[in-house]
Amino acid sequence: MVQPPAFREGNKAMVNHEAVNCELVWREISNYLEAAVTPKLRVSMDNHFHTCQRCRSVLDGTQNVIALYNDERIIEMPAGFSSRLEKRLARSTHARDSGWSSLSAWLIPVAAIALFAGGLRWANSLSVSHPLLSEHAQPGHNIPSDMTVVVSEGAKEFHVPGCDFIHNKDKERTLTAREAIREGYVPCVRCMRKYLEIAFTANVSVGSETRAEADVDDDDHDRNLR
Amino acid sequence: MAELNVVLDNPGPEMTREQDLIAQVQRGQHELFYEIVRPYERRVYAAAVAILRNETDAEDVAQEAILKALANIRQFRAEAKFSTWLIQITVNEALMRRRRERAGMIEGIDDSRDEDGEYTPRDFADWREIPSEALERKEVRQKLADALASLDRKYREVFVLRDMEQLNIQETAEALGISVASVKTRLLRARLMLRDLLAGGWSRGWFSRLPFEKGTKPW
Repeated sequence: MVQPPAFREGNKAMVNHEAVNCELVWREISNYLEAAVTPKLRVSMDNHFHTCQRCRSVLDGTQNVIALYNDERIIEMPAGFSSRLEKRLARSTHARDSGWSSLSAWLIPVAAIALFAGGLRWANSLSVSHPLLSEHAQPGHNIPSDMTVVVSEGAKEFHVPGCDFIHNKDKERTLTAREAIREGYVPCVRCMRKYLEIAFTANVSVGSETRAEADVDDDDHDRNLR
Repeated sequence: MAELNVVLDNPGPEMTREQDLIAQVQRGQHELFYEIVRPYERRVYAAAVAILRNETDAEDVAQEAILKALANIRQFRAEAKFSTWLIQITVNEALMRRRRERAGMIEGIDDSRDEDGEYTPRDFADWREIPSEALERKEVRQKLADALASLDRKYREVFVLRDMEQLNIQETAEALGISVASVKTRLLRARLMLRDLLAGGWSRGWFSRLPFEKGTKPW
């Protein structure tokens, strides 16, 4: 059996167990208390504690230290710690919640504006003209808004009454130019030619001759034809 | 036997209550958070003061850690132990604070010394157990606190996390960012040093003299 290394002064009375010595016990005593030593070493250390009074004292003392410090009363809290913590948490919670409320306070008007705008758009859509029925529509100029025109079922253009190009004449109906425009009809390239873009660019005076611009109803629907 | 298993498997009423509260806070009832942390506030503070050794900084860090835990409460998983999670956040906050404050400063000599050398117990007199009832006395609590405060930082940190905060060895290593082997070595030293600091103090009458005053030893 290998003898332990030279003991420090004052440790001469230590008992050398045949399996473990005091130095090994001190080195492993923490693991022993953690139950983190091999079963064989545990048995050897148990035997050692039975015979070595000093190591027994180290073991008892270490166990006592662990038990004592496990008591949280050892930690002295600064006076007022709990109330300061509670207040800080309350402030944080309030800030967190008001953060949400300020966000919602910001979001609500935005949503309201969006809804209002959407509502306006929707309401406006009720009054604006239908989409143009013809993709080949040409903008008109200075068409008198109260001019009587004729449309027919299934057709896309509005005409001057009696126009030869009215389709489906037995199902025609009469209305004003403004109404026809609102419903999406476009001017007939024949009978309404003088009001069309082509005619306008070819002869600027045509429009001014027929009706003063001031007479035209200046609403958005009419602009579709300009 | 089956009944016993049911009893063992069921968490205690306190744990169930804690889990309920955590779930409520995770759902947005933040005002309930203090109720969850109240039982642990002393431990949070202890972890912070063990690392910072300054009451004011420790309180600030403890508060910061608790606020951080609230901010990250959704990341907490029910299978984890709330107190361990909270202590780990605290240790992290405290270590960051210390790093910030020590940035550019030379580390203390105790921080650079390694722990390879073995620690030898010094007092072999029969241990006179200090009864836990003695902790009712403020002087005894103060002696224990002073002994702990006199340890080098690296031993104090490990001892506090393992023996006071009840983190296991692995958790202690992870929280402090050191190896398991270092935790074991430092823990051994911390325990033996504290034992030496306290040895005989009780039987010799702690209140007639102060064996643990800074710079003096009772042996």
